[in-house]
Amino acid sequence: MLAFILRRLIQAMIVMVTVAFIAFMLFQYVGDPVTNLLGQDATPQQREALRRDLGLDQPFFVQFAKFAVNAAQGEFGLSLRQGRKVSVLIAERFPATLELATVAALLGLLLGIPLGVYAALKRGSFMSQVVMTGSLLGVSLPNFLIGILLILVFAVQLKWLPSFGRGDVVSFGNLSTGLFTIDGLKHLVLPAFTLSLFPMTLVLRLVRSEMLEVLRTDYIKFARARGLPDRSVYFRHALKNTLVPVITIAGLQLGAIIAFAIVTETVFQWPGMGLLFIQAVQFADIPVMAAYLCLIALIFVTINLVVDLLYFAVDPRLRIERSAAGH
Amino acid sequence: MAHQHSVAPAVAPAAAPAIPAAPGALARFLDGDVWHSFKNSPVAIIAAVIATLCVVCALFANWLAPHNPLDLATLELMDARLPPAWEAEGKAKYLLGTDDQGRDILSALMYGSRISLFVGLASVVVSVVIGVGLGLLSGFVGGRVDAFIMRVCDVMLSFPSILIALLIDGVGRAMFPNAHDTLAFTVLIIAISLTGWVQYARTVRGSTLVERQKEYVQAARVIGVSPARIMRRHVLPNVLGPVLVLATIHVATAIITEATLSFLGVGVPPTSPSLGTLIRVGQDFLFSGEWWITIFPGLVLIMIALSVNLLGDWLRDALNPRLR
Repeated sequence: MLAFILRRLIQAMIVMVTVAFIAFMLFQYVGDPVTNLLGQDATPQQREALRRDLGLDQPFFVQFAKFAVNAAQGEFGLSLRQGRKVSVLIAERFPATLELATVAALLGLLLGIPLGVYAALKRGSFMSQVVMTGSLLGVSLPNFLIGILLILVFAVQLKWLPSFGRGDVVSFGNLSTGLFTIDGLKHLVLPAFTLSLFPMTLVLRLVRSEMLEVLRTDYIKFARARGLPDRSVYFRHALKNTLVPVITIAGLQLGAIIAFAIVTETVFQWPGMGLLFIQAVQFADIPVMAAYLCLIALIFVTINLVVDLLYFAVDPRLRIERSAAGH
Repeated sequence: MAHQHSVAPAVAPAAAPAIPAAPGALARFLDGDVWHSFKNSPVAIIAAVIATLCVVCALFANWLAPHNPLDLATLELMDARLPPAWEAEGKAKYLLGTDDQGRDILSALMYGSRISLFVGLASVVVSVVIGVGLGLLSGFVGGRVDAFIMRVCDVMLSFPSILIALLIDGVGRAMFPNAHDTLAFTVLIIAISLTGWVQYARTVRGSTLVERQKEYVQAARVIGVSPARIMRRHVLPNVLGPVLVLATIHVATAIITEATLSFLGVGVPPTSPSLGTLIRVGQDFLFSGEWWITIFPGLVLIMIALSVNLLGDWLRDALNPRLR
């Protein structure tokens, strides 16, 4: 157990150091920071002085260590495009993305689990086939196109919902949220639903196949033999046992949702981190890209680690299998 | 309809150009069964017809397209934002309407799908070459090389591919700020392929581990064939089956990734618009009621992605001996 945790921790550290290193290389070799700061027509003396100030004349590893220490404190310098501190920019945008991603993840779970259970229990019925075909479309259609179609139907034709921006937001200290205003909620519907489709289909298919698996097991037969009502068999016995992998996958998908938010935020002009990042890519704004990269990697690694440990803690069978496999 | 059926036989080869040519013997061996299963699968036939139509329209856009959307001289601003021909204000000259610059949508679609298909296919080919190469090496050599390659795969798999593609694309753009068309295409193709090779590497490694235990490999070793030659001439042909299926489905994924990147404004250069670029441009006109500028490219994208996906699904079943 301890060895497993340690190995996972070390792996996570290696990933983070690698990502930090990539970000550092970006800073160093893509675009010249001195030219960026001084402009093209600085004198060699000025350039030399700035190089010394920035510590660019120091050995490679010293520079990397400095970068890593700064990055760990969230310090990535100034955005080349906006001239503001990257940490401030990201802090401004983070709440919007967090709100969108959380709502989308919840929506995915709350719709995906019941639909999955339904598709498993009524296997072969017309409605469940509709659900399964729909989920296949959800996976194979490009997400941004679904967003555009939703805009066309609900914003342009029916004029029910707004299609861009966050609307009215309420601020709590550094966090702003649109969850407490009608306008904010209205603005959230379309982007959150679009973003939730991917995790929803994933959860739906997973719940369905896990349910089908569990319904075949002996303890379900036994529960039936005891004369328990269907509802109790399905929800208290079967569903409960399918939820471990579902929660794991849902957890792992949280990172993917934040990454996919890049596309959704562009479609709906949602002022989150993804939109910031895509603008940074368009304008080759390295500090913002590097900061986003490190932040996303940190989120991913943390989620992976937590999920791994949870999985390990929740399901005793895995403990035996994994240690037997020498994992 | 009769005409479409006559197109269908040409399809099996047409669906496969993304895949590096399997050795002739293998192809011939599979041909009989695969062809039989194709003839008996209506879904596969319909998908193949649609895919072929798209490919033909894209390939011969120069001759088939009613207008040349890239030739600025022929554009007339008077004809801008015309709806499709069947609507009241539409002109018969422009079947699917025109965009804000008076470009014929239908022609733009043909030229656009050519770019989308080209980028998609090229990315798949590069992915296959990298993935199969590394997978073979990993499975055949083993040891540290194997461990290293598989670790890299693990890390790549733990991030969504669109994010990796965006990063590589962003780095490419930062490194070549004044990238011209060719370079922009290269950066894009590399970005998409570097996210796609992992699945090939893992599959091929798995099959290589099995194959290298077999007697024909041992026999080749015994008679002193060099490891490189064993890998290339003996193991490689025997691990390509699953790669074929993966590659077919991957074409759809790669086209969607390209469209997504272009939609985000970081894909192909604006001078040669792909389907994603057309959708991006059209999105601005949704609110003024010009839905056709963005919806038609979207529909074509869906058609291509779905038909290729269905073909891939069919191919997987057809090549799976357990299902036969």
